[in-house]
Amino acid sequence: MATGALDLEAGTQSGQPTGQHGLTAHSHGGEGLASQHPGERQSPGTQVRSGVAADHPVTTGKEEAWRFTPLRRLRGLHDDAPLDGVPLTVSATAPDGVTVSELTGAAAREIRGVSGYLPTERVEARAFESAPRSVLVDVPAQTELTEPVRIALVGQAGEAATANHLLIRIGAQATAQVVLTSTGSATLTDIVEIVVGEGAHATVAVLGEWSSDTVAVSRHHIQVGRDATVKHVALAFGGDLTRLYTSVDYTGPGGDAELLGLYFADEGQHLEHRLMVRHTAPHCRSNVLYKGALQGKSAHTVWVGDVAIERTAEGTDTYELNRNLLLTRGARADSVPNLEIETGEIVGAGHASATGRFDDEQLFYLLSRGIPEATARRLVVRGFFGEVLQRIGVPVLVERATEIIEQELAVTGA
Amino acid sequence: MATLEIRDLHVNVLTDDAPKEILRGVDLTIAGNETHAIMGPNGSGKSTLAYSLAGHPKYQVTSGTVTLDGEDVLAMTVDERARAGLFLAMQYPVEVPGVSTSNFLRTAATAVRGQAPAIRTWVKEVNAAMADLEIDPVFSERSVNEGFSGGEKKRHEILQLALLKPKIAVLDETDSGLDVDALRIVSDGVNRYKAASAEAGEAVGIMLITHYTRILRYITPDRVHVFAGGRVVESGGPELAEELETNGYVRFTGVGAGA
Repeated sequence: MATGALDLEAGTQSGQPTGQHGLTAHSHGGEGLASQHPGERQSPGTQVRSGVAADHPVTTGKEEAWRFTPLRRLRGLHDDAPLDGVPLTVSATAPDGVTVSELTGAAAREIRGVSGYLPTERVEARAFESAPRSVLVDVPAQTELTEPVRIALVGQAGEAATANHLLIRIGAQATAQVVLTSTGSATLTDIVEIVVGEGAHATVAVLGEWSSDTVAVSRHHIQVGRDATVKHVALAFGGDLTRLYTSVDYTGPGGDAELLGLYFADEGQHLEHRLMVRHTAPHCRSNVLYKGALQGKSAHTVWVGDVAIERTAEGTDTYELNRNLLLTRGARADSVPNLEIETGEIVGAGHASATGRFDDEQLFYLLSRGIPEATARRLVVRGFFGEVLQRIGVPVLVERATEIIEQELAVTGA
Repeated sequence: MATLEIRDLHVNVLTDDAPKEILRGVDLTIAGNETHAIMGPNGSGKSTLAYSLAGHPKYQVTSGTVTLDGEDVLAMTVDERARAGLFLAMQYPVEVPGVSTSNFLRTAATAVRGQAPAIRTWVKEVNAAMADLEIDPVFSERSVNEGFSGGEKKRHEILQLALLKPKIAVLDETDSGLDVDALRIVSDGVNRYKAASAEAGEAVGIMLITHYTRILRYITPDRVHVFAGGRVVESGGPELAEELETNGYVRFTGVGAGA
């Protein structure tokens, strides 16, 4: 940590699970004042915000935001690997009233950054300035969709790097679900901007089913409008290395963001999720729930959840939780929640993190009741992920995620 | 009626250093409808016997045999032993976060019975068994053993005994750490299952492992065995327990042990 100290950070790793059952939790009530800067990378005003790659130094790995990421596996995405690979193919299934379009040139440049987003990392700026096109998903104001908009992204390029930019615009008072699925082989830096208009109800879900050689560095930015409700769902299963940094800003009071995540890392995989929820507007809510399972040698997951409550954000209510389940030895889960509070006038703020092992004693107990090993393992993992799956609210996605989890468990040979 | 036969059982516990021999030639036969109390001082190997019968991987059988109705128990996996009708109520039941008690019980019953119990009768059966053991229905939705008190865990073990209906039940210090009320509830539960199993024509055989004679006021043993140094050193009727109550284990551990 840049400033360290205080009791606002809890990190857990595979070597020392925080007890199988305990959570390390801290709650911060309305009284008193605590302040911590989660790291210079995300403190407003101190970081570089620019859509020009040259404005950002090359990432060295010493930065707080990169300390868990194995840069040598990024194939130069963070540096200057040419982004000349074959672009992702994009196909869309959209209900009536929704437009999905591909923009290039000036039209594409025009929509980049409309969510208030500007790249804070070189790897993002490279996508921002060089993505061969932008995909725009437009749900007009007051549209009420009953079926999700489905966007399928398919990687074509393997080792040759490419970039992508997507803007999802949910108009005021609209109700919509947007599901992005990622498959195929890619070396990718991509940006997804999500603008949710006043009073809208939006769900944006990403399902990462990349092939095992994929390296993908993604940035999602969500702008939550006044009284809007947003659910963002990140499901990560595939790829050699995937990293998703999701940030949330509120443009007015009454905004509500629910950030759900579920990941399952196998042998050698690196799956990383970072979150930054910045409360600037009063009376907004945020709730973060990420759960991950790991199995196999060198399976590695990283979860870093930052929440900042600024002086202007009175009446904020926020909670974040990350739990990890180590199914085998040799896997490692890093989990770091951070909370920065600059006003005491809040409803609530808390966070918790725990990493536990599905250990031999639990297995023995279930077996000793006649339950076969494969069933025992499923029982534990299903129970673990159930809490996240129940909150997703997109049946087609829950079904697919459940299927993948079953397949992952078959891999264990359980 | 079921018969569990243990012959000349030798067991090592696997430690970080060298394996250590704990059981040194256990001989014991437990038939259906019989209750055998295994009594012994701490460290005599009572719990090792229990875990070895259930197949815990930490314990390694080096010689001897264990059969259940002639079937080789030692050749079975842990779950096969349970499905064959062997049940171990553990001294320290394990917490399994994320798995609800109701789901666990149903999954176990499905495995042991060979088919899923019909929902309607199952719910009734579980509710009745929980009421018998004075277990609050809210426990159904809590994770297995998570946050349960010591007494709640023990009652939950006996609940499983009632629902999984084993032929042979090994109760490993089920009485330890219980107050008088909890001891009575748990003992009543064991006696109730024994009577019900006898009525159903498959009377359970019970191996009651304990350090204290207190539970024997509630559960009457047919036979009492003194366990010391990794084997049975003396067997007798209930009067043997009374002698232990009066004199303790000193005759078996102090001077003259094995004489």
